[in-house]
Amino acid sequence: MKLDSKIPEGPLAEKWTKHKFNLKLVNPANKRKYDVIVVGTGLAGASAAASLAELGYNVKAFCFQDSPRRAHSIAAQGGINAAKNYQNDGDSIYRLFYDTIKGGDYRAREGNVYRLAEVSVNIIDQCVAQGVPFAREYGGLLANRSFGGAQVSRTFYARGQTGQQLLLGAYSAMNRQIANGKVKMYNRTEMLDVVIVDGKARGIITRDLLTGKIEAHSAHAVLLCTGGYGNVFYLSTNAKGSNVTAAWRAHKKGALFGNPCYTQIHPTCIPVSGDHQSKLTLMSESLRNDGRVWVPKIARPGLKAKDAVNIPESERDYFLERRYPSFGNLVPRDVASRNAKMVCDEGRGVGATGLAVFLDFSDAIKRDGKKTIEAKYGNLFDMYQQITGDNPYEAPMMIFPAVHYTMGGLWVDYNLMTTVPGLYALGEANFSDHGANRLGASALMQGLADGYFVIPYTIGDYLAGMPNEKVSTDRAEFKEAMDQATSRLNTLVNVKGTKTVDEFHRELGLTMWEYCGMSRNESGLKTAKQKIQGIKEEFWKNVKILGSANELNMELEKANRVADFIELGELMVDDALSRAESCGGHFREESATEDGEAKRNDDQYAYVSAWEYKGDNQPEVLHKETLVFENVKLTQRSYK
Amino acid sequence: MKVTLKIWRQKNTSDKGGFKTYQLDHASPDMSFLEMLDVLNTDLIKKGEEPVHFDHDCREGICGMCSLYINGRPHGPLQTTTCQLHMRSFKDGETITIEPWRAKSFPVIKDLVVDRTAFDRIQQAGGYVSVNTGGVPDANEIPIPKKIADEAFDAATCIGCGACVAACKNASAMLFVSAKVSQFALLPQGKPERKERVERMVAQMDAEGFGSCTNTKACEAECPKGISVTNIARMNREYYSSMASSYEWQVGGGE
Repeated sequence: MKLDSKIPEGPLAEKWTKHKFNLKLVNPANKRKYDVIVVGTGLAGASAAASLAELGYNVKAFCFQDSPRRAHSIAAQGGINAAKNYQNDGDSIYRLFYDTIKGGDYRAREGNVYRLAEVSVNIIDQCVAQGVPFAREYGGLLANRSFGGAQVSRTFYARGQTGQQLLLGAYSAMNRQIANGKVKMYNRTEMLDVVIVDGKARGIITRDLLTGKIEAHSAHAVLLCTGGYGNVFYLSTNAKGSNVTAAWRAHKKGALFGNPCYTQIHPTCIPVSGDHQSKLTLMSESLRNDGRVWVPKIARPGLKAKDAVNIPESERDYFLERRYPSFGNLVPRDVASRNAKMVCDEGRGVGATGLAVFLDFSDAIKRDGKKTIEAKYGNLFDMYQQITGDNPYEAPMMIFPAVHYTMGGLWVDYNLMTTVPGLYALGEANFSDHGANRLGASALMQGLADGYFVIPYTIGDYLAGMPNEKVSTDRAEFKEAMDQATSRLNTLVNVKGTKTVDEFHRELGLTMWEYCGMSRNESGLKTAKQKIQGIKEEFWKNVKILGSANELNMELEKANRVADFIELGELMVDDALSRAESCGGHFREESATEDGEAKRNDDQYAYVSAWEYKGDNQPEVLHKETLVFENVKLTQRSYK
Repeated sequence: MKVTLKIWRQKNTSDKGGFKTYQLDHASPDMSFLEMLDVLNTDLIKKGEEPVHFDHDCREGICGMCSLYINGRPHGPLQTTTCQLHMRSFKDGETITIEPWRAKSFPVIKDLVVDRTAFDRIQQAGGYVSVNTGGVPDANEIPIPKKIADEAFDAATCIGCGACVAACKNASAMLFVSAKVSQFALLPQGKPERKERVERMVAQMDAEGFGSCTNTKACEAECPKGISVTNIARMNREYYSSMASSYEWQVGGGE
């Protein structure tokens, strides 16, 4: 299989403009003859559904939650980047492009990333026009802050709830189209399969989660906007329902999976408190603007936050400021995470588990006053106190890294189309723009860029080239996919084993975290592969699900998703094994510099891994898309 | 810690339902309330009893999917979402009563899961600014005083969980509806459609069968995001002024 990224020719800054001109258009009167399915209603899905409906296409949108407003984009806290240069501090489209491609450790396409930076400015305009209440200065203009590794202030925010406000904006735009009859919304409905007719994606199979009814939906194109797969680790900052099922089923139907091992570990999360832990809570990275990260110079096992205030300055190790004097506490996420892990591995971690470092606001409170800090981070401080019972105004927070985002996802070309014609992937569900590591405040940007400003153009090119006849869901392809989905659910219900779904999921998660997390090596990855195969075998023999497939059955929903996570886990390990270099969010122990920093290997690994499914229990086949850099010079990242 | 749980079990919408009591003796004060229910459910599955169904998703207090009427209060004893409530807020040995949201417009689906799609339909009736993607002015073209932007933001933080309805003896949705009406009434972007918006959203709210507001302020007291009843006052003003100054009146009648 030859991978064609379809990056347009020509100078970087003109690629998108030229491409837009070259794309075929669908006549306004003909748009109403085409149906588009949008799966997922987060930033990418809701913005795509709204924008396509505005253009005149008939949209069917699906979400598994009880309302499209619950999609997990809602939980993004920190902000959204845009190259507006409102602060006159030297930002530009080119600088945002450069920072993003460098932040991704040169494992993303120049063309995609430049387009992302280019449309970033339109996103802010769009959101403001929708009535999104971004933070403002006293003069009434928009406020910005600097965020995670950026040396310019280009991040727009709405207190610590930027994702919520942006999602509610996209949700409102979609609601307008639902009222208008152009979007038909299916709540509490989960996609189980893609249906391919004559080599093209022509529909999906869904399950109504309330009745268990399996249904077929036909369309001219299918958009997967189904988010990331961080929950493969069981504990992550993702919502409990976030899952890989839609993307994974598409993968099994022929869509290649790009860079599955690229996951992002977020440095500032609330540490694990016990075995009952069901998810991890992120504390926005914006906290690192004012908080100072430290551990004691000499190990003090079990040190509590309230006792930390008694440790004199001379006995504290502000390890990020010490090791990275020019970036200090604002080093990128992977560097911050890895260093936190390192000091904990040295035994200098704090708190009951020793798996935590301090994030201290006392200096900022002294400098700016409690009121200013409260205005910036009030809701985050409240949330922290709620969960831990500690007051961060009086004692430092405790934080530890946690899985937060997955840069990998379905392989897509410049048009966001997967290797299956007519099947698109948008937002976190695709692999495209963040390379091996995502910069803070760039996920919201990408989700909305794809949905508002990319897919409305690129989908036209595909639809214009196909007849508008509808395919009937009575066709054999639909029937077959429905039967498969039904029989799989019945199989799960009938295992009647002894272990709960969560037990399997936890086991998988621990294996992934231990061997395929922040730091990896060959022998560990091989161990992980074996363990995952064992988990898979036992799962299908010993999972215990009560109730039937014909009713609301949340254990069955979970089991159906975990089965896919197990298979994905194995592919992630394969991908990590094949990439014997440190880059971006992951550190391969065999590939390090003398002072223990990550060492990238551009000669051998400057490519995108795209994996092809070959059948159950068959090894997947690796295809490589070579990355071409014409505008940036590849340098080893240094934040010293 | 040990707790006794009195939980509403109901097989489906048409089932009558009733309370069932469970003992849980291995809860921990550091568990979130939902994690405590996870532990109970694991016990139940092992025993061969169907787990208790409840809605939840982000578990960080922002998606608005979790609900639960705990000891007679929506989201329990603290002014937060159930997912952010921890067992340290309860006493060892305490009996905890857990019910679904109680409101005619939120029918029970199963156990503690209710149908809140009425909220979506109210938003669809007018909770938006009618702008298409593209072709909008530069974001800094219209300055908005910080005070106004902040006030709009405070209203916009509503998570649509429905605690306000569950708390209200009339099952009124006024706080929920007024939060969106206020956000757009305050911002210049929302001004062109402010009259139709409030009229349509209120009409949909009434059509869904939510009760009237009698100013008990239970909604504000229980709202996990602290949405103020000032928004209700603002919505009432918007509503009456819209009635008194419709566009038809301004332009001389007729479409």
